[in-house]
Amino acid sequence: MKTRRDFIKISALAAGGLAVLKPALSFSSGFFPDEEVPLDESEAQRTPTICEVCFWNCAAFAYKDRKGKVQKIIGNDIDLHSKGRLCPRGTGGPGMLYDKDRLKKPLLRVGKPGNQKFKEVSWEEALDFVAKKTREVGEKYGYESIALLDHGTTAHHFEHLFKSFGSDNTAEPAIAQCLGAREAGFINTYGAGIGSPEPTDLRNAKCLVLIGSHIGENMHNGIVQDMSTGLDRGMTVITVDPRFSTAASKSKFWLPIKPSTDIALLLAWMHVLIYEDLYDKDYIEQYAYGFDELKAHVRPFTPEWAYTKTDIPPQDIRKTAYEMAKAAPSVVIHPGRHTAWYGDDTQRTRAIAILNALLGAWGKKGGYYFPEKIRIPRFPHPKYPEPEWTWKDITKDKYKGAFTGVTNILIDASLPDTKLKHKIKAWYVVATNLIQSIPDQEKTKKALQNMEFVVVVDTMPTEITGYADVVLPECTYLERYDYLRTTRHKIPQVALRMPAVEPMYDTKPGWWISREIGLRLGLDKYFPWKDIEEVLDWQLKQVGSSLEEMKKVGVKSFEREEPLYLEDGEDYFFNTNTGKIELYSTDLDAMGYDPMPVYREHPQPEDGFYRLIYGRVPMHTFGRTINNPLLNELRDENHLWVNPKIAKLLDLKTGQEVWLRNQDGVVSTFPVKVRITERIRFDSVYLPHGFGQKNKKMGRAYGRGAADSEMITRVEIDDVTGGTGMRGNFVEILVEKPQKEEAES
Amino acid sequence: MRYAMAMDTKKCVGCGDCVVACQTENNVPLGYARDWIVEKVEGTYPSLNLELRSERCNHCENTPCVRTCPTGASHVIEGGIVKVTHDECIGCGACIQACPYEARYFHPDGYVDKCTFCDHRTSKGQDTACVAVCPTHSLTFGDLDDENSPISKLLRNRKWKTLAPEAGTKPNVYFLI
Ligand code: SF4
Ligand code: SF4
Ligand code: SF4
Repeated sequence: MKTRRDFIKISALAAGGLAVLKPALSFSSGFFPDEEVPLDESEAQRTPTICEVCFWNCAAFAYKDRKGKVQKIIGNDIDLHSKGRLCPRGTGGPGMLYDKDRLKKPLLRVGKPGNQKFKEVSWEEALDFVAKKTREVGEKYGYESIALLDHGTTAHHFEHLFKSFGSDNTAEPAIAQCLGAREAGFINTYGAGIGSPEPTDLRNAKCLVLIGSHIGENMHNGIVQDMSTGLDRGMTVITVDPRFSTAASKSKFWLPIKPSTDIALLLAWMHVLIYEDLYDKDYIEQYAYGFDELKAHVRPFTPEWAYTKTDIPPQDIRKTAYEMAKAAPSVVIHPGRHTAWYGDDTQRTRAIAILNALLGAWGKKGGYYFPEKIRIPRFPHPKYPEPEWTWKDITKDKYKGAFTGVTNILIDASLPDTKLKHKIKAWYVVATNLIQSIPDQEKTKKALQNMEFVVVVDTMPTEITGYADVVLPECTYLERYDYLRTTRHKIPQVALRMPAVEPMYDTKPGWWISREIGLRLGLDKYFPWKDIEEVLDWQLKQVGSSLEEMKKVGVKSFEREEPLYLEDGEDYFFNTNTGKIELYSTDLDAMGYDPMPVYREHPQPEDGFYRLIYGRVPMHTFGRTINNPLLNELRDENHLWVNPKIAKLLDLKTGQEVWLRNQDGVVSTFPVKVRITERIRFDSVYLPHGFGQKNKKMGRAYGRGAADSEMITRVEIDDVTGGTGMRGNFVEILVEKPQKEEAES
Repeated sequence: MRYAMAMDTKKCVGCGDCVVACQTENNVPLGYARDWIVEKVEGTYPSLNLELRSERCNHCENTPCVRTCPTGASHVIEGGIVKVTHDECIGCGACIQACPYEARYFHPDGYVDKCTFCDHRTSKGQDTACVAVCPTHSLTFGDLDDENSPISKLLRNRKWKTLAPEAGTKPNVYFLI
């Protein structure tokens, strides 16, 4: 294929460096060979930081040894996200800082197609190039045609740059695949989304219901801690999952559901609560709209009916409904976090929202509390220019419920044959490996080839860097300032991240990179400050603190303004059309969607195929941490979970290497080892996400295990938000190495 | 003073935070560990039971490792903590053979190393690094001679087991079940 952009292996550059394949060899002795004894905390220098190993953003202190190396990171005791305890990934943060495979210098693509490579260049040259290209594309096609595909804290700096030059075409994979559907589901019910961290009052809940949410394998720190506290208090946990997850193993009730039938179960629970008179009548009467419609709607959905869909015995559906009712209103049907599954995801999360309402849990102690955050003014700058078109103009015609840019739609707009009315011509990819984080890799690659210009900003040589025209190496969170974290929580808090050490190699912080590009584009008036310290100090002074104070404490709490919960019978206006909790959604109705959730059948695997269920391991954040030497030690590859019955049928042994082939004939690049376990249903296989990476420069991650994202070629689009449902993929297990072309790099 | 640890298998999620925290606290070389996670699954789908344990040296009362050590490098200190004096250790490995729990490893610098119950912290009244980090509060460190210590209370109120009791080592790490 003739391409504009060859995939470039960054490894080709590593001057004299061998790809380190064996983790234990990459450091001769201790992780910090200079320091033999444990660090004496009283002597150590500590710097406030905010963990960036995942989006939970726990506040912590980084401790340096006498030689100035970050040896350990410990949670900040007063921080509500971490309560003084980081998760394994956060504790392993030094591994990210000292990972020798990091991006070290700006790289520029040179040469003719078919014979391209990266050349190390100065920041001057790299930034001049980015600015020149941005201006070229902007003047030719309009700045709106430049898209920002981003993730994490660095995203904020680039969003500011984008708004300054007049593009609002920004999207995070986190929305399309994770939060989008759930936010839409709750907005259409309560007039308010869930947000992050989720305002679930698990410390006071008597019952927690998890639907496909594997807390404990996803280490969303605050929730993991809260759930554990709940278990101590005797909270009943009900887990719905086709897999015996860690959370399932802690639950009083585990409902091993047939995949894709969750809405049937949710409707049956509503049926039991309503027809057995177990719902919160006063609450519903006072706050809800459309109860009679809902009652009529769920009438046929008895537990007996649901049994035929879900494989869950009717008595178990009733028993668990009674548990919830007994605990109400101190009950949380958890909204989940990765909610794009089967294409009817807004409707499923709507069903969850409705169930919470029937139990009277929203706004109640032990249910959902009202989070509050401190409003810190932005550093003054002139008004942003008004873009001529935005993501809305290419999204809202079809996905009327979308409330922010959706990555896959911006990718659609980037394809050569796009039917959308506006086109994307260039990408800034910031801190997200789109190859792994967005399904349908072939489409992403096709879009990449069609771009006039692609710049990638990241700390690691992830797969996406191989498609960039220019790669800008960002320093890690331990080497930089960022904007303040203003938490939405039980108590408003502000937290500071500051550099614990100077940036290593030739790396730079995101705020600096975006500003330098802005200045080169003549956008000086949007960056009317010298450095970010000036911005932070000014912002902190507006709320009675200062950078100096925050450097000492790291986290500061403020008073709440409104109560945490609703009083019994208190008047409350919900931000919906009716001012009430909409059991019957007037907005969805008006947009032409089902006003109440409807169960629809989804395709099931054919003979010889198994549904691919993917998930997380607690020591990794997607694919981003697999190469971290400390975390790689804990888990350096994934395994394919197979039920013993299937193993017998296919004559598989634990530890045997197999390949996967999906319904579209796509074969996994790398083999994966089998793990035979009763913990997975017979009609599904389970593959932890993030492994099987293809960039050789990621020495510890390359080729270890198989990538679920590679197998996800059938994407079920959520009809309300445009989110990318990925659970409708089926795989065959191949015991022989399939004949095919060589891996990409 | 009788130091011990309780490990709550009902709450542990097997995240490995205790392993990483030990690694960064005690500068344990990559590829080695003083603590580790064990996962045990029983039953058939859907009647299953999963036990997750964070294991380490049991700081036994009856110490086969100390008894077999020819140099006296392996020894017991205040509170019953079993330690190895690195520069007295000749790396013969007798203790590694003697320990029924595989709690000891050869440090690449030529001596045997293991969990110290973070005595550099606990002697100052701090928790061990693994106890202090565990996000699910599954680990509790304390003094069994103090009836009112949280660990004494836990062991009074909860069912527990120790590992390989038949080995007669009288372990001081208790697994709450
Ligand atoms: S949950 Fe873990 S990885 Fe995420 S921010 Fe907190 S400590 Fe870091
Ligand atoms: S840190 Fe706690 S929850 Fe995690 S594996 Fe260790 S003991 Fe278990
Ligand atoms: S007590 Fe200290 S040395 Fe022992 S496993 Fe825990 S952290 Fe490691």
